[in-house]
Amino acid sequence: MWQYLTDSYNWSGNEGIWARILEHLWYTFAALGLSVVIGLPIGLRIGHTRRGAFLAINLGNAARALPSLGLLMLAVLLTNQIGFLPVLIALVALGIPPILASTYAGISGVDPATIDAARGMGMTGREILTKVEIPIAMPLIISGVRSATLQIVSTATIAALVSLGGLGRYVIDGLKLRDFPQMFSGALLVALMALLLDAMFALIGRITVSPGLKLG
Amino acid sequence: MTWIGNNLGLIWEQLREHIYLAIIPVILGLIISVPLGYVATRYSWLANPLVAFGGLLYSLPSIALFIVLPAILGTKVLSSINIVVALTIYTVSLLIRNVIDGLRSVPPDVRQSAIAVGYGSLHRLVAVDLPIAIPVIFTGLRVVTVANISMVSVGAVIGIGGLGELFTLGFQKAFLTPVVVGVVLSLALALLADFVLVTLQRVLTPWARVAAPVAEVA
Repeated sequence: MWQYLTDSYNWSGNEGIWARILEHLWYTFAALGLSVVIGLPIGLRIGHTRRGAFLAINLGNAARALPSLGLLMLAVLLTNQIGFLPVLIALVALGIPPILASTYAGISGVDPATIDAARGMGMTGREILTKVEIPIAMPLIISGVRSATLQIVSTATIAALVSLGGLGRYVIDGLKLRDFPQMFSGALLVALMALLLDAMFALIGRITVSPGLKLG
Repeated sequence: MTWIGNNLGLIWEQLREHIYLAIIPVILGLIISVPLGYVATRYSWLANPLVAFGGLLYSLPSIALFIVLPAILGTKVLSSINIVVALTIYTVSLLIRNVIDGLRSVPPDVRQSAIAVGYGSLHRLVAVDLPIAIPVIFTGLRVVTVANISMVSVGAVIGIGGLGELFTLGFQKAFLTPVVVGVVLSLALALLADFVLVTLQRVLTPWARVAAPVAEVA
C-alpha cells in the first residue's frame, strides 16, 4: 500500500490521486450544499413555528434506516441515467435528514423565557429567529451538518459504482482487478478525508458559537 | 411482481444474511461496551479518551473499514467476518458513550443505599446500576441497530451484503424490482428491530411509568 501511495506517478494526471480527491470533494460539497439549502430553512421554519415537528423527528429517524446503496441504485433506475444526477439524489437524501432534524431540535429547544424576553424588547419574529434562536441553536445545527458530512463523504465512495470518479474509483477498480494495495489506498484516503472534514467542522463549530453560550 | 414470486428463495436467503450480519455485531458490541463502560466509570480519567476515540472510529467510512479490516485481521476480503467485525467496531464506538452516560446517571444516594444494604460492586452493577442505566443504553442501542441494518447493504459492494446484493443485482440487470424489494425490506427490518427494542425496554423497566423519551437527534 505504501508503495502505491508513495509512487508519485499515481498522484498526477487526470486519473491521479489529487484529481480523485478533488472529484470526491466536489461530490461531497455539492451534495452537502444542496442538503443545507433544502434542510436548513425547513428545519428553521418547523423549529420556529413548531408546526410539523412530527415530520422533523420521524424523518430524522427513518433516514438512519435508509440503505444508501439501494438509494443510489434506485435513483439510477428511476432517472434512467448513470452519472452525477443519481449520485447527487442519493447523497442529498442522506444529507437532508440530519441537518433538518438537528436544526429543528436546536431551534425548538431554545428556552421560551429567552424568546419572551426578546419579544418584550420589541424584536420581530424574524429578528428573534436570526438574533436569538439561530445563535443559540448553532452548536446543534453545526453538529447536524457534521454528521451529514460524514455520511456523505463515506457514501460518495459508491459514486464509482455508477462510473463516476472520486476516491471510490480505487476501491471499486481495485476490487475488480484484485489489486489490493490500490483498494486499501482508496479506503485509507476516504477515511483520512472524513477525519479531516470532521476536524474542520469541529473548528468551525468552535468559531461560530457565540461566546455567550460558552459561559454555561 | 412475477420476479418476486420466482425469487422468494433468494430474497429470504438475503434477508436472513442481512439479519445475521446486522444483529450479531449489536450483541457483540453490547457485550464489549458494558464492561468497558463500567471500567471507564470506575477510572474516570479513561472515560473522555474512550468516548473521543469512539467518535474517531465512528467517522471512518464503512466501505473503507470493510476493505481495510482483512489486511489487519488476516481474513479473506470476501469473508462475512469483516462485516461483523466492522459493524461491531461501530457499535462499540457509539454505544460506549451511552453506557458511560447511563452508569453515571445512577443517583449517588441510590448507589449509597445499595452499598449500605450490603451489595458488592459486581452485584450492584448487575442489580442496581445497569437497570437504572437501561433507558440511556437503549437510546444508543436503537441508533446503532438501525444504522447497522442500513450499513450492511454497503457490504454488497465487496460481495457480502444481505439485501444489498439485491441492489447490485437490480443495478446490473437495470431492473427496478429487486432494488425496491431490498430497500423496502431493509426499511421494514429497521422499523421492526426498533419496535422490538422499544418493547424490550418497556419490559425491562417496569418502574418507568413515564412514556419513552422523545427520539434523540443524531
